[in-house]
Amino acid sequence: MSLFNIIASGLKEIWAHKFRSLLTMLGIILGVSSLVAMSALVKGMENGTREALVAAGGLEKIRIETQYDLPVHQRHLSDQAQGITLEDVYALQKGAPLVKMITPAVEQMRFREPMTLTYKDKSSEPWLVSGTWPDALPINEHTLAHGRMFGPLDDENASSVCVIGTGVRDDLFGAPETLGYEVIPLGETLQINGLPFTIIGMLDHYESEQAKKERELRKLQPQVAVTSGPTRSRGWGSGKGGHYIFRMKNNTVFIPLNTMMVKFRGLNGTSSSGESAPLRLSNLNMKIPSLDLLEPAIQQVRNILLMTHKGLEDFSFRTQEDWAQEISVVIKNARLSGSVIAGICLLVGGIGIMNIMLASISERVREIGIRKAIGASTLDIFVQIVVESTVISVLGGIVGIGTSYGLVHLISFVNPTDNTPVVTLSSLAIAFLFSVGVGMLAGLYPAIRASRLHPIQALRYD
Amino acid sequence: MALVELRNVSKIYTLGGETIRALDDVSLDIGVGEFVSVIGPSGSGKSTLMHILGCLDSPTHGTIKLDDRMIHDASSRELAQIRNRKIGFVFQFFNLLPKMTVLQNVELPMVYAGIGGRERRERSMEVLKLVNLDNRAKHRPNQLSGGQQQRVAIARALVNNPKIVFADEPTGNLVSHTGEAILELFRSLSSQGRTIILVTHDPEIAAVTPRRIEIRDGKAALEVDRRLAGLDRLPGAAAVP
Repeated sequence: MSLFNIIASGLKEIWAHKFRSLLTMLGIILGVSSLVAMSALVKGMENGTREALVAAGGLEKIRIETQYDLPVHQRHLSDQAQGITLEDVYALQKGAPLVKMITPAVEQMRFREPMTLTYKDKSSEPWLVSGTWPDALPINEHTLAHGRMFGPLDDENASSVCVIGTGVRDDLFGAPETLGYEVIPLGETLQINGLPFTIIGMLDHYESEQAKKERELRKLQPQVAVTSGPTRSRGWGSGKGGHYIFRMKNNTVFIPLNTMMVKFRGLNGTSSSGESAPLRLSNLNMKIPSLDLLEPAIQQVRNILLMTHKGLEDFSFRTQEDWAQEISVVIKNARLSGSVIAGICLLVGGIGIMNIMLASISERVREIGIRKAIGASTLDIFVQIVVESTVISVLGGIVGIGTSYGLVHLISFVNPTDNTPVVTLSSLAIAFLFSVGVGMLAGLYPAIRASRLHPIQALRYD
Repeated sequence: MALVELRNVSKIYTLGGETIRALDDVSLDIGVGEFVSVIGPSGSGKSTLMHILGCLDSPTHGTIKLDDRMIHDASSRELAQIRNRKIGFVFQFFNLLPKMTVLQNVELPMVYAGIGGRERRERSMEVLKLVNLDNRAKHRPNQLSGGQQQRVAIARALVNNPKIVFADEPTGNLVSHTGEAILELFRSLSSQGRTIILVTHDPEIAAVTPRRIEIRDGKAALEVDRRLAGLDRLPGAAAVP
């Protein structure tokens, strides 16, 4: 008996019991669609976080922060710890060839020491005001959209110039979404903590792929009339911007390091060693040429810093690798729990199929007897039952793949996230293979029972 | 030449600790082209004999040779193949598959024989024509009368051109004139040289066949070859017990 004939007769058998077969398939449909939907959601999450990871500087970025708690054996020397200074930067520039770029930074974070920006009657508290060197742009994966970045001369002169992110622009000059046009406030003067600064550059607008897509979609639709009256403040940033990393990036102001040190000296901690000592930096950011060199680069930087810090470990390394590892752990857990749920669904579906197949063969004992009498072998009957149950579950699998698209859309409609679920081909293939496997396994036992029926007893069965 | 050779065949069941000799040391030969009836009251073992002859069951003791092949110790796979190619069955309750059309029912043995679709159709239509049902090919069994269903069953039994056709009480479920038509069909098949074994409890039906094998308590108690005895030439022969 050819496989084509068996499949055809299996389909006929299923068609003869349409409703029953549909109910049986339901388990597989749910299992497959939840498997596909789960993996789509997890994939979307993974893509979103990886995007954010790159936005935060990529894996090649190393950040060195001041460590206020010294190791236990050095704690009695903590008054000697001078923190990170420009001396470290110069030493690293000379002595650490594995470091491609390095910039010092004095950072004023919104949540610690907020700085207020004002322009006319509007004000903003950006996420970050950073006094730094021009290299801060490439190191932090920033790109300039308009104007220029300040140069070494601005730094030397401690000029009152700043480069702002689009989030700050939105707060002070209005967002393109509400105005209908984009403001590029180059040459305008704003106040940072009351001191005038000239805007010389504006950064790109950063957003996740998803947010970009949504924004472009909105652009195509007719514009809704701007609502009048006071609008609710949405805090820093223009609300929706995707992952918080993107909102942070957009709410950044860069000023030259020297300007920060000269004009806002009181704000950041001075060295404990008195007036003559160099100013403390908040952190150092550096880039290495490739991820493979991360370990040796850290080792090199550490050795140099231990020299300049008289052996005191008052600094710590922050690499994105920790974050990347965290991401993969989270993704792995999400994937695991998703597949456990989907696996249980498929198992239940398989049990449903087995149940139906057992019921079906006990209904068809006589048919099996007849088939055997006219020449069906044990193997023929076995294959017939296995194929029938596989056909049920493959149909369920195909329908399930179809419904999974609906499910994914439903989920992203009910609970919109920045991470668009991504249905991958491999998840479809895995779900399909699972449905085939479940169908085969579920058919195995009923098929063994059916094929072992004795023809005479089966013929006599009523 | 004997088509079927049974030598000292016994079939012993144990049912609830009790040993039942359904067949007890039966030996018989059936030649090519013979039209034989196996007769006996219910419980005599005639069905068991048919099952063993029809390769549906294996004997406990003894040897069976079918078409020059020993089959008493064949595997279930080989038996299935023999049933498929060399044996045709006609049952009392027709045993057609209700969900399939007449044509599909007739095609089924060829499906298991691995014969291609077009040839299956052609041959099925041929045998359906033989039983005068080619105009009912697309009907379902439950749309046909009992006699028609039995003719479909006969067509199915013949479609793989078997060496032997077994009929187990083929008229048992039919009204008498339909039954006679079915017997007439068997007779004409026999006259075309087909080997037919008819199992029945009814002496009147057994009287149709030239040779009768009477089974009693599992033994082939009496064999009457009517041609040798010259009984078939007597008037009113059907009434002979």
